[in-house]
Amino acid sequence: MDYYKKRTLNFANSYIAEGYTVAGPKENDGRYKGFFDFALEDDMFAQNTFERAERKMFEHAIEGAIGKANLEESDIEAIVAGDLLNQIVSASFAAKKHHAGFLGIYNACATFAESLIVGSAMLSNGLEHVLCAAGSHFATAERQYRFPLELGVLRSPVTQWTATGVGATVLSNKGDGKSVRITRGTLGRVVDFGVMDANNMGAAMAPSACDTLVTFFRDTETQPSDFDVIYTGDLGKLGSDILMDLTAQEGYDVSKQLHDCGASLYWDEQQTYQGGSGAACSALVFNAVLLGRLRRGEYKRILLAGTGALMSPTTYFQGDSIPAITHLVEVCA
Amino acid sequence: MEANKEITRANYKQYVFEKMPKSSHWKNMLWAFVVGGTICAIGQAFIFLYSLWFNMQDASVLASATLVFIAAMLTGFGVYDVIGRFAGAGSTIPITGFSNAVVSPALEFRAEGYIYGVGAKMFLVAGPVIVNGVTISVIVALLTLLFGG
Repeated sequence: MDYYKKRTLNFANSYIAEGYTVAGPKENDGRYKGFFDFALEDDMFAQNTFERAERKMFEHAIEGAIGKANLEESDIEAIVAGDLLNQIVSASFAAKKHHAGFLGIYNACATFAESLIVGSAMLSNGLEHVLCAAGSHFATAERQYRFPLELGVLRSPVTQWTATGVGATVLSNKGDGKSVRITRGTLGRVVDFGVMDANNMGAAMAPSACDTLVTFFRDTETQPSDFDVIYTGDLGKLGSDILMDLTAQEGYDVSKQLHDCGASLYWDEQQTYQGGSGAACSALVFNAVLLGRLRRGEYKRILLAGTGALMSPTTYFQGDSIPAITHLVEVCA
Repeated sequence: MEANKEITRANYKQYVFEKMPKSSHWKNMLWAFVVGGTICAIGQAFIFLYSLWFNMQDASVLASATLVFIAAMLTGFGVYDVIGRFAGAGSTIPITGFSNAVVSPALEFRAEGYIYGVGAKMFLVAGPVIVNGVTISVIVALLTLLFGG
């Protein structure tokens, strides 16, 4: 790592009141079948366009999270949310049903971790309940970033599959001894190692994941072994392998703790190659899987590192390389 | 890359290239040959069929049109992309691939209406092929005119 500056925040009062997930049909056929609060029967969600379906997933997840936390809509002071579509329309349009303040955020697939950092910082500054959400939809992302759905093309073995789903988390400034809480967050910086292949996003994002993880370990004087698990967002299998090599080079062996939300989302037979990608990966796996394990005491202390590739089709076609960012939160039971 | 060599920003692309899983070219070529050949064989069968009623030139035009129609149907039913996933060039290069390249964006952008959606985006994928095809044929025609017989 050629550059180091402390950039970890401490959060004294960020408690996770509840998490809620809406997952697509393919995701609910995957490794976490049955973990999700709500699963779509088909990815249109009874709407006439995929974009409206994505928006409805957001509405459903936000309302679901508030209800599951036994709160009223009026209890939420702020919604911090984002998605992958241009002008983050899914999150913004979903928020118009609510009276809470709305911060639309975008850091590609690192958006969920980013929302947890922003939300926790808001709680430190006097708010009582903040709702954080992020999500993506396979069909809307494909058409924005790649090809039409029905176009018959050969997929490269390094590609990933954009996950369909939305995860929403209600953060509260009050909790008891049993509450799961967000204790620290490390802000990612934009790292670009010159990867040009938009199919190979794991390779583009791994150096940024290494940068943020190593910064966190140095800032907090911790070691990978201090954590039960370290979940990255959507590096995929190849990206995770690269990350292990990169962190080992910095003197941190994460091979025992490292998992990837995207890579763990599907079975191999589902032919997603490197696994899932998209803002939904970390939002789904954190709320549907990791939160439960923390509450049951299976994990005491974990890291969630959301990884995002910050390119757009325009920058890609203009021949620019792919910059990436990784935001990290430490979550303790 | 040799083991234990430090990964840096400068050699990162090389490191990734060596680490990434590669497409199996032999497998891809075999599938492309089988599927592409099958499509062409079906086309030939249609030519034989139509030549029962029409002359050879009309029969081959009709056979092409039939293949385009079938590929458009398969695209609509969501089958063509499944074939394309393993057939690759085998299903892209024949005329059926062209049909798929026009119908798939037309379907996809139907949500934005017939003018800004279907009309504007229909040639999103096939457009460059048409433009380059026309440009190159003009160049070749000019060269033929200047130097050819």
